[in-house]
Amino acid sequence: MLTFVLRRLLWLPPMLLAVSLVTFVMIHLVPGDPVQILMGQNPTGGNVQLARHELGLDQPLPVQYLRYLGNALHGDLGTSIRSGRPVLAEIGDRFPATLELTLSAMALAIILGVGLGTLAAAVRARWVRGLVLLLSTLGLSMPTFWLGLLLIDLFALNLRWFPVLGNTTIQGTVLPTVTLALPAAAVLSRVTYAGLSEVLQQEYIRTAQAKGLARRRVVLVHALRNAIIVVLTIAGLQFGGLLAGSVIVENVFSRPGLGTIVVSAILGRDYPDIQGAVLVFAVLYVAINLLLDVLYGVINPRIRVS
Amino acid sequence: MLEQVQRIAIHADDAAVARPARLRVLRALARRPLSLVGAFLVAAFALMALFGPWLAPHDPTAIYYSAVLAPPSPSYPFGTDATGHDVLSRVLAGARISLSVGLVAVGIATAFGTLFGVVAGYLGGWIGGIIMRVMDVMLAFPDILLAIVVITILGPGLGTVMIAVGIAAIPAYTRTVRAAVLTVREQDYVEAARALGASSLRIMVVHVLRNVLTPIVVLVTISLGLAILTSAGLSFIGLGAQPPTPEWGDMLNDAQNYLQQAWWMAVFPGAAIMLVVVGLNLLGEGLREILDPTIR
Repeated sequence: MLTFVLRRLLWLPPMLLAVSLVTFVMIHLVPGDPVQILMGQNPTGGNVQLARHELGLDQPLPVQYLRYLGNALHGDLGTSIRSGRPVLAEIGDRFPATLELTLSAMALAIILGVGLGTLAAAVRARWVRGLVLLLSTLGLSMPTFWLGLLLIDLFALNLRWFPVLGNTTIQGTVLPTVTLALPAAAVLSRVTYAGLSEVLQQEYIRTAQAKGLARRRVVLVHALRNAIIVVLTIAGLQFGGLLAGSVIVENVFSRPGLGTIVVSAILGRDYPDIQGAVLVFAVLYVAINLLLDVLYGVINPRIRVS
Repeated sequence: MLEQVQRIAIHADDAAVARPARLRVLRALARRPLSLVGAFLVAAFALMALFGPWLAPHDPTAIYYSAVLAPPSPSYPFGTDATGHDVLSRVLAGARISLSVGLVAVGIATAFGTLFGVVAGYLGGWIGGIIMRVMDVMLAFPDILLAIVVITILGPGLGTVMIAVGIAAIPAYTRTVRAAVLTVREQDYVEAARALGASSLRIMVVHVLRNVLTPIVVLVTISLGLAILTSAGLSFIGLGAQPPTPEWGDMLNDAQNYLQQAWWMAVFPGAAIMLVVVGLNLLGEGLREILDPTIR
């Protein structure tokens, strides 16, 4: 057990190094003068030579990378060109909103997905199953940015139930959450349906039914408990997808978060901001996947072997 | 998302060995009503992509100053947008753009993913090790973020989006193909070819590649829909197609400022994206279930 966790943790440093190398190289692959790229159109005091030295751009690339890495480890991700503030402060301001959106979408996706999947597997009427499977195909095929627009039009502009744009209050989080959650809910409903139908065919379910237990109890207590591990595993895999999806959803709702920073930074050529946000996103993604990996190893001993 | 597709597609490798006749696959598809709907939708959009310019009532980039934000009418069946473009003509023209962006992106992913997957799976060794470690690093970035890294380097644009979405999908293809190759590699016929003195290159191309085609076909169908969604999403947030290109995502970007005045600007391009992706998904699911005996 301990060796499994340790082996996984050992994987973390090389991954983080590789991720930082990618974000470092990215900036150097952008065509143009690095001084302008890192300091905007007008380097301080107009003295390009001084700026070059200050940024360490006169050093060989490996030295520059080590310097970048050292600074990043101290929380220094450079200075935003547009606002002149430290990149880390910019990201720190926006990060909670992104996390909030991703977590609430995860919760909603699990509730919706498990609920619909259970319905499809447990209700004997065939049309219920057909309807749920059809809904899940639609959910998987729906562009989130279109769904977001339709929800804004209906619930924010016409019915005025929710604030329109750029709002991170609880009310302002409802529509983005629904938008982000639906595709994940679609995947989870299928996984739940598949897992539950398999479990429902097993002997002990027949035993429980033969004992005269109510079908509802058999499904919800006996069967769902055994299907849920697979569902939660897939839900964990969905987390990264939700994090990525938040980039688009935040932009649909003009919701201040990491996703809106990245996109506005690309359009405004604010390279330190792009670099910082991409790094934070990737580190988060790697860390979460590792955490889930370890967690599954703890829950399900069979995984530890592979 | 791709990881899911990939995991599902890996199962299809059992079918690769059985190698079902094409005719049987087509017949099986025709017996499934939802797959038929999918095939019909895909065919309809393919026809739109091929013949859209001749079907369109107007030039998709022509500006009609007398009809700005005009609601649907006989002369503009889907209405006009805020610039005075005919929305129907733009939706029709968008089919060609979206399908070609999707095909190019999936083409890039298939070409490199198959190459890397076959090499890593068949040769293994240090080359295979390096390939898989690079894929691990790429998988450390969520696919949209990987696309954003590429867009940062190359600058926003439709061409960049094709490349970016294609590159972002390479790891999924590499893993799928490698997994399929690993099972094919142990088959008797590969052993036999090796015993007969066939070179590694010949075995890879003639025997291994041919037998991992099934999982690739399934993956291509499903990831084409995903590529179209991601590309349109990137155009929607302003990183892809630029106006006045008639691209569905960019049209929706335009539409969000006129939700109250002009619902038609948002409804038609969005419905087009959804229908083509629904079609590809239904068709892909059908193919997967027919080609993959483990699901039945």
